[in-house]
Formats: sequence, structure tokens, C-alpha cells
Amino acid sequence: MKVIYATMAGLVLSLLVSHGDQLNSGEDAVILESMKMEIPIQAIDSGIVKEIKVNIGDFVNEGDALIVLE
Amino acid sequence: MFSKVLIANRGEIAVRIIKSCQKLGIEAIAIYSDADAEAPHVKLAGRAFHVGPSRVSQSYLNMDRILAVAKEACAEAIHPGYGLLSENPEFARRCQVEGIIFIGPKPEVIAKMGGKVRAREIMKAAGVPIVAGFEKHINDVAQAKGFAIELGYPVMIKASAGGGGIGMQIVHKDDEMEKALKACQGRAKAYFDDDSVYMEKYLESPRHIEVQLLADNYGNTIHLFERECSIQRRHQKVVEEAPSAFVDEKLREKIGNVAVQGAKAIGYSNAGTVEFLMDKDKNFYFLEMNTRLQVEHPITEMITGYDLVEEQILVAAGKKLDEEKDKPKLQGHAIECRIYAEDPKTLLPSPGKVNSLTLPEGDFVRNDFGICSGYIVSPYYDPMLGKIITWGNDRQEAINRMVKALEDFQAEGIKVNIPILQKVISHPKFIAGETHTNLIEQILTEE
Repeated sequence: MKVIYATMAGLVLSLLVSHGDQLNSGEDAVILESMKMEIPIQAIDSGIVKEIKVNIGDFVNEGDALIVLE
Repeated sequence: MFSKVLIANRGEIAVRIIKSCQKLGIEAIAIYSDADAEAPHVKLAGRAFHVGPSRVSQSYLNMDRILAVAKEACAEAIHPGYGLLSENPEFARRCQVEGIIFIGPKPEVIAKMGGKVRAREIMKAAGVPIVAGFEKHINDVAQAKGFAIELGYPVMIKASAGGGGIGMQIVHKDDEMEKALKACQGRAKAYFDDDSVYMEKYLESPRHIEVQLLADNYGNTIHLFERECSIQRRHQKVVEEAPSAFVDEKLREKIGNVAVQGAKAIGYSNAGTVEFLMDKDKNFYFLEMNTRLQVEHPITEMITGYDLVEEQILVAAGKKLDEEKDKPKLQGHAIECRIYAEDPKTLLPSPGKVNSLTLPEGDFVRNDFGICSGYIVSPYYDPMLGKIITWGNDRQEAINRMVKALEDFQAEGIKVNIPILQKVISHPKFIAGETHTNLIEQILTEE
């Protein structure tokens, strides 16, 4: 199981993947928004999207799990 | 004089404006969003009104709601602070229609300086030197390439409706043009709802020097010397100082007078700032005019003894300035460090709860903050939490006091940019006054 974590605290602006999608290492998965900045969060490993742990508009802390790959 | 003033802003600047209102015996009316219900500016104000949800588009930018609150509270004037509605000519016009005084220049003057292409045109006609470039919008890539060849690479593509460096793209060669043009247009559309862009010659490592102006409603205009704001990251100012170590008395008088000349040409009133870029040979070029109070206004206050917010309120209420008698005297040197809620390693935003906050104390140290212990820094707003300002008889004394102040600042629970500020303030280039707009990037890559 591989997990994509939030690299900063902020709001989930958009989810770029759906359940079952193939995600390759380095591809953008989620866009977080914080303090007028938009930060894309990339997959570090490749895998199939197994679980999306957040919804658009959620507040996440740095280190929170966003997406689980398998 | 006014008895009630509404402050259409939040954070440190709302706190700052409330203090000057109180000094003048004016009741300050605050506004707040959901996220700001417990904010210091709400507690400090005489009265406070909720204006909407956390997002600025639904609260601090909601003109209908803000004007309704102003009427309900019987405010005679609105101070817009900086950012948000401060440079929105439509808001200034609507205040006028409602019979509320907008503390700032007239709406048509804001509009003239808001369009950057038009501002270039006007300043050029007024005899103010401008950066080589074009007073027209770019239509397509081919035209952009033509312009760039005429100016010589590198060039800069900028949003016409913009400011604060948003969307700005540096282009070094033809191949980069298409991508840069699209990127700038995209950002301009997203931020300003206007995708028109224009081109200027890119100056390598210039200094950013700006002149503080104060004008009354009768055309009397004075300048309060320059500020140097060359220490910037992603086109956002980080450290500012006044006066500039690079500007001598003769140049100070010259650049000040040019700024006054530009302001008079557009019928400027209230406080404003003319920003210039200055090259190594001390040639200076008009960059833009900010038709509002600046974040970094405290350093000018520290070297002149003026309370700029008080002056803004007084001239808006009809006070006359005397161009000779009101000329300020320059005393000593002041430095400002902006404190951002950001991770100093990753440089990413760091919102969260401030578990405890200790501000530096001491003579000649000023803290302008909009947070307190227990305050939750929200992800909805700008990462700037406040500013530390120090004054000294000379530049080195101001630097020494800043070194101490930065050591004494403590915030727990969120990450702040203090380590970066400390690196800048103690760097040999900064100490020697050899500043330019790329210095932070150079300092950060030295490690």
C-alpha cells in the first residue's frame, strides 16, 4: 500500500484522479490551496487509486493521507 | 471630521488603522468573516459586523454587504487598507454614490493607475521615465516575438490589470514566448478577470525603490522620501528599508520630485506610492503606482514621525497640506521584516493554531500584527502575519536592533520565515547595502 500525503496544510482545491485510475510516479494527484497559493501534490510511486481519503473543500494538515494506491 | 470610520479589511492592517482612529477619537467599525470571528481586529474595534463566509469573495470583497454595514453603522468614511477592495475603482465609486467618503484617491484616478498600460502612457506623458516597452496589449505570439526582438531579450510579460507581480513571466528567447504568454494570460484571467498582457524590457537584478506621497484634495502634494524594497521572493516583498542605502541626497530629491510630478499630472489625492526600478547606474524607471496605503508604510513613519493613516483620514476629511511647511525631515534609518506563516525549508504556507506568541520588545522596535496567542491562522488569507520594524540612528544600528528583535520573536504551533529573515539581515551583501531583487534567491541557493 502506497500513500500520498499532504506536503502542507491547506484546503483540497481539486482531485485529479478517481477510484481505479492508474497513477504514475510524478503525476499530479491532488491540488491543495493555502494562503493564495496552489500546490499540486504528486504521486511518489505508481499504482492504482484504491481510496480517496479527502473531499474537495476539506482542510488537511501537513502529513495527512490524501490518496491510497495499490 | 468623522466620528465613525469603517475599516474594510482584516489582519494586521485593520488593527493598525483602528489604532489611528482611536488616537483621533473616531469610533472604528470592523468587519469580519466566519474565520475571523475571534481575530484581534474584531476585539479591538468599537463595533464589529459579520459580513460573510471565510472566502474573501463572499466576505471582504462583498461590496453590497460592506456598504450596507457602513450605512447601518452610520460610518461617514471607509478605510480600505491595502489589497482587497483598496484599488477597486468600482468600490470607490459606489462609496461616492452612497455619500460615504472613500479614504483614498478618486475612483477615476484609481482606474487610471490600475490599468498598467494606461499608467505607462500617462506617466510617459507627464515626463516620468518608464522602462522600455510598449503602451499596447499583446494580441498573439507573433506580435509578442516581434516586440521582443525590438526590445532585445530578456523581456517581461506582465498582466495589464495586475500588480504585485502576479502572472509576471520572464522570457529569454523566442522558444519560451508561447508558453510564457499563455501562463501570464491564464494567471491574469484567474486573478483579475482580464487576460490582457503587455511587454517590457527585463532589467537584470535592479533595485526596487518607491516614493511615498501624500496629497490633499486641493492638489498640494509632498513626498516622504523613498523606501527600498529590493529583498523580494516570488515578487513579494520580504525586507524593506528607508531610506535606501543606494540613494544620496541629490538623487532622493530628484526621484521624490519626479514622483510628485507624476501624482500631480493625474490629480492624485490621499496617500500613494510610486514604484520605480533603479539600475546600477542609478537610472530609475516608473514601474507602477499603488493608489493606497502600503504594507511597508511603517518604515516611512519611523524616519519622518508622520502617522500616515492619521494623515490619510485627515486629508480625506478636508485637511490642507502646505508643500513647504509640511515637508518632513529625514531622521535615522528604519527596517521592516515581514513575518510570513511559511515553512522556512519548503517555503510552503503553514496555516494552523498559534499556541503561543512572543513579540520582541525594546526601544525603537515596533510590532504590527494581526494575530495573538491562541489565534488560528486560516488557509483562506494571505500568509503575512505581521511586521517587525526597527529604527536606528543609522542603518547599522537599525540592523543590529532587527537581529535582536528576530531572535526574540517566538511563535509556537505554526512555522514562520524567521530563519530566512535572519540569513538576509546578517548576510554580508545586505550589510554592505548591495541589495537587488534576486538577492534572496542567491542567498538561499548558497547553502
